[in-house]
Amino acid sequence: MILAGVGGQGILSIAAVLGSAALTNNLYIKQAETHGMSQRGGDVQSYLRISDQPIYSDLIPLGKADLILSVEPMEALRYLPYLKPDGYVVTNSTPFVNIPNYPATEELMHTLEALPHRIILDADTLSKEKAGNIRAGNFIMLGAASPFINIPFEYLEEGIRAVFSRKGEEIIGMNLKALHAGRDFALKA
Amino acid sequence: MQKKLLLGVEAIAQGAIDSGISGVYAYPGTPSTEITEYIQCAEETRTRNIHCQWSANEKTAMETALGMSYAGKRALVCMKHVGMNVAADCFMNAAVTGTNGGLVIVAADDPSMHSSQNEQDSRVYGKFALIPVLEPSNQQEAYDLVRYGFALSETVGSPILLRITTRLAHSRSGVNTAAPLNENSLKLPENKRQFVLLPAIARKRYRLLLDKQADFKEASANSPFNRYTEGQDYSLGIITCGIGYNYLMENYPDGCPYPTAKICQYPLPRKIIKTILSKCERILVLEEGYPVIEELLKGYPGDKRISGRLDGTISRDGELSPDIVAKALNLPVREGADVPKLVVPRPPALCNGCSHRDVYNALNEIIKPYGEGRVFADIGCYTLGALPPFEAINSCVDMGASITMAKGASDAGLFPAVAVIGDSTFTHSGMTGLLDAVNEKSPITVIISDNESVSMTGGQESAALGHLEAICRGIGIAPEHIRVLNPVPKNHNELCQILREELEYKGVSVIIPRRICIQKARRDKK
Repeated sequence: MILAGVGGQGILSIAAVLGSAALTNNLYIKQAETHGMSQRGGDVQSYLRISDQPIYSDLIPLGKADLILSVEPMEALRYLPYLKPDGYVVTNSTPFVNIPNYPATEELMHTLEALPHRIILDADTLSKEKAGNIRAGNFIMLGAASPFINIPFEYLEEGIRAVFSRKGEEIIGMNLKALHAGRDFALKA
Repeated sequence: MQKKLLLGVEAIAQGAIDSGISGVYAYPGTPSTEITEYIQCAEETRTRNIHCQWSANEKTAMETALGMSYAGKRALVCMKHVGMNVAADCFMNAAVTGTNGGLVIVAADDPSMHSSQNEQDSRVYGKFALIPVLEPSNQQEAYDLVRYGFALSETVGSPILLRITTRLAHSRSGVNTAAPLNENSLKLPENKRQFVLLPAIARKRYRLLLDKQADFKEASANSPFNRYTEGQDYSLGIITCGIGYNYLMENYPDGCPYPTAKICQYPLPRKIIKTILSKCERILVLEEGYPVIEELLKGYPGDKRISGRLDGTISRDGELSPDIVAKALNLPVREGADVPKLVVPRPPALCNGCSHRDVYNALNEIIKPYGEGRVFADIGCYTLGALPPFEAINSCVDMGASITMAKGASDAGLFPAVAVIGDSTFTHSGMTGLLDAVNEKSPITVIISDNESVSMTGGQESAALGHLEAICRGIGIAPEHIRVLNPVPKNHNELCQILREELEYKGVSVIIPRRICIQKARRDKK
């Protein structure tokens, strides 16, 4: 899967949970990410691969991604050449506008809704409603993507517990609520 | 044995810790920075008191590490590829002195220039210095090769260069670690003249280095990391190294049908190369970076059996990808949907509230009447001042070049000539150039845009912190021409006034707008 967003949006917290989930369950994982210059508000992506077989390439070949998980709507579209014909796009609908020529919202939503397999959700609002805090938006997104990630849902819950173990029960609880809310949304969509 | 989820750079760091290093020496640079950061945060660093403070630049890092090796202990040096240019003087001569304690130098190359000025290939430096080069293709090999590298360094008495590229540096995977080694104890070199490169001694040491080439070749020939794998189809043979191997195997999930030579250690293992050359009709070389292996095999007459980057099978520039490798193997690539036209580029930009913004706003306003093309900048976040909306700078070449290029342009008659440099870049390589300017009373204005941090690489501690005015005074800038202020919007007029005055001053002046990086301030709060 490809994780997409804008530098500073924290997509790597999603990758960390999936990484932990894979490692503790003896799955193979490779996860390539962007550091350096592009983290200054540029587009960032992470290539994440999990398998029960050894994985060679750190990058995903064109047309081979099962899933694009984006925390920003325009960024979801940037990686379409990597998506399989039957692959899913799961994206947040709230734009992150830090460039003057950002596309018009209506046209952007129209393009997203025209995709054959997509889940579009307002993670910020959902996070506030269901987890009581806007900061769990990334786990709303992971929850919404979870039906399309072929590993048991409990692994993701374990991953959140492991990654946030030092942050305390309150943060873990909030992120788990978000994870469930995102999943519920996707299953009903 | 313990399995950890590590970035390639973190695997190197853990490998070095477990090799019993007593110190890491480095200057931050993408994609190498996290090696040192990992060691700084490691539990073992506290319990063992491993040296891990940042160096002022790559040259001081390399030299200090050589000093630790002289004293018999193991040291790791890390830098990005262009840092090798800064460290090169010591690096080249350390090959001639040889080592006492183990010494491994990590160069992290950045093909496709994700965060760099060029895509030079550090393997060329290894060959230039006549020392062994190691090149892992995955995170586990990164860990294993660092450990192997320290052992090899102590066996052959030479520094070892370990080369990685961006994608391995910043990709994570499971790594099995092994039992850590103890650190060495203090022990002076047996030969008291080993490190004294007076011509008469240097000639002997160089001769010794040439003699050691046979050992290096033998080590490479016997290396468990260099591997020939038999295939069924001899119409093609593949020689590959580093991350190129991963992309090859990705394209053949059921195994590669062609004989394959996987290279992890240089000088090239002659036997493996000869085998594949004699068995296969054509050879495809898959290497990230320069066509180093390909050029060697192709030779000046240009053996047409050898293909890769030189004959256009693969582009001469840019990093490899699974798809580029697939095309080179004539395998189909099934691209997904096109990127919709409404998707626009999102280039990196200076953060909202960044102090460099205030500096460029004022500089653009004041320099406008003098005309374009008068601002020489340097390497750091402020290089983003080249992009809209500022478009304020006219150069970015190498660490410290802003000051010396401004001086050169001034020597040529350009007035005014302005340098924009960050605090850490200034102490990295700006100070010596400033001395040149002072000695000649060059009419240049140097803006040290001080955000008290090495920000582009993630907010590391700046070596300049708390020293800038004293350094400038010490170099000989008149105290009344060292102008410090806080660059916030309400001080815009004051900054403009200072710029107006100092641009007209017919000598060297230094303006220091000082405000902490907003990202660093935020992180420090946590």
